[in-house]
Amino acid sequence: MSRVVVLGAGVAGHTASAFARRWLSKRDEVVVVSPLSGYNWIPSNIWVGVGLLEPSQVTFPLAPVYERHGIEFKQARAVSIHPGGREGDPAPYVTIESTRPGHPGEREEVRYDFLINATGPKLNFGATEGLGPAGHSLSVCTDGHAAETAAALDLAVERMRRGERQRFVVGTGHGACTCEGAAFEYIVNLEFELRARRVRDKADIVWLTNEYEMGDFGMGGMHIRRGGYITPSNIFAESLFAERGIRWITRSHVRKVEPGRLHYETVEGGKREIGFDFAMLLPPFSGVGLRALDRTGADVTATMFQPNGFMKVDADYSPKPYEEWSARDWPSTYQSPAHPNVFAAGIAFAPPHAISRPRQTPSGAPVAPAPPRTGMPSAMIGKAVARSVVDMLAGAPGPTRKASMSRMGAACVASAGANPFRGTAVSMTVFPIVPDFERYPEYGRDLDHTFGEIGLAGHWIKILLHHMFLYKARLRPGWSLIPE
Amino acid sequence: MADTSEKLEPPHLGEHFYATKPTRFTVFLRTFLPWQAVRFAVINLKMLRIIRRSHTGH
Repeated sequence: MSRVVVLGAGVAGHTASAFARRWLSKRDEVVVVSPLSGYNWIPSNIWVGVGLLEPSQVTFPLAPVYERHGIEFKQARAVSIHPGGREGDPAPYVTIESTRPGHPGEREEVRYDFLINATGPKLNFGATEGLGPAGHSLSVCTDGHAAETAAALDLAVERMRRGERQRFVVGTGHGACTCEGAAFEYIVNLEFELRARRVRDKADIVWLTNEYEMGDFGMGGMHIRRGGYITPSNIFAESLFAERGIRWITRSHVRKVEPGRLHYETVEGGKREIGFDFAMLLPPFSGVGLRALDRTGADVTATMFQPNGFMKVDADYSPKPYEEWSARDWPSTYQSPAHPNVFAAGIAFAPPHAISRPRQTPSGAPVAPAPPRTGMPSAMIGKAVARSVVDMLAGAPGPTRKASMSRMGAACVASAGANPFRGTAVSMTVFPIVPDFERYPEYGRDLDHTFGEIGLAGHWIKILLHHMFLYKARLRPGWSLIPE
Repeated sequence: MADTSEKLEPPHLGEHFYATKPTRFTVFLRTFLPWQAVRFAVINLKMLRIIRRSHTGH
């Protein structure tokens, strides 16, 4: 009998545990450790944040799903990994700390034969003074944050109905943020919703981003064929914002958020301030702070994790300038080089470097969008890792599946307004996610598989994906037939 | 209400003036049901193609 332990129940962890359970024999155990009791389909948090959905429509409790499928669920946060076991007992284990109501802080050791670290990100609001719901800005990173944001939006709309002008600032709350696409979805949905509530004329809406150019999205932008030209994505992003009357500030690093005012600086060197009534600013991500200890109890975290807390896998982490970055630097098996029975999936793995060119302000603050690794790539990595683990348990000498982001495409639908007849969404595909300038010298991507367009059809697809992926996550009959 | 004394520049002096904007016909097509039904099928096919290619890794 073998035991596979999965840390995390987000897109990557949930996918990995579900497929591992499906492929392993009933004698083998699959254990999921997650500090949260529920699953959150995060892409739909955008609609919670504008008041169109309730949190209960984007979440469901995990325990009944796992019980039905024979997966052991422990509601706890992982504290430390002990890959060499302890003195006198070499069996590896993880130490976890309960988050169950009534049992907070209770510690337990969970042994594993294979460990999949899919702990996702720590939302690092602390990186910017005053950032986040505990400070002076809002977020849509969790369903709870999104519900608070929707309540703040209702208050702003009430003020506008009384005749007050309101300024909305949406974007990234630090120069090293990722997930610009989520903030992009939020700002265009916000603008659409303000029109629907007939108060748009009272709103100034400002996009504040760490992207060097609009439409970068942390993946160096993209080029698509359209209207007889090969056009970079900044043209389309700027066009949508100009059409919707949204102003934009790019190349920025937010230094401090105060009540109603934020301070930022730009790559060009200007230190500026902007007042706001409503600010939805995403935080940068870091690893969740897992420690690694050897069998004597000595801290060996640096051998398994990068300083930012993400786990080292089979990537090339040697420092090199942007000009020397290569698609080959990116990992493909997600196996820890230090411990062959440990893998990372989704946001938990340490990328070798960014995708977008990093820059900094004259004062040295980073203006360097971090690479996105959410959604489709997270799920595909989770599935590939599960297959490798199952095959290695069956005797394979090493990982059998690869899922490099430089050999993988992504399909993405970014909502731009939710209405079955008047709504729109931007539908995009990109191949590969990490540009490969050796295979595709001019643009880094295959333009036959890279496209984007905005329209109502995209909104219908977005609705379809919302229901389809929640159905899949609930592990309903036929779930494994739905692609990642 | 926030102190918005620092005025944002008027549109014709800002970046909007230099951005590409869609024509009325383009905007109309974005929500024109027959055209969007066609695009729904086309986009789904494009996405299935990228999913298949991503799973094969080529």
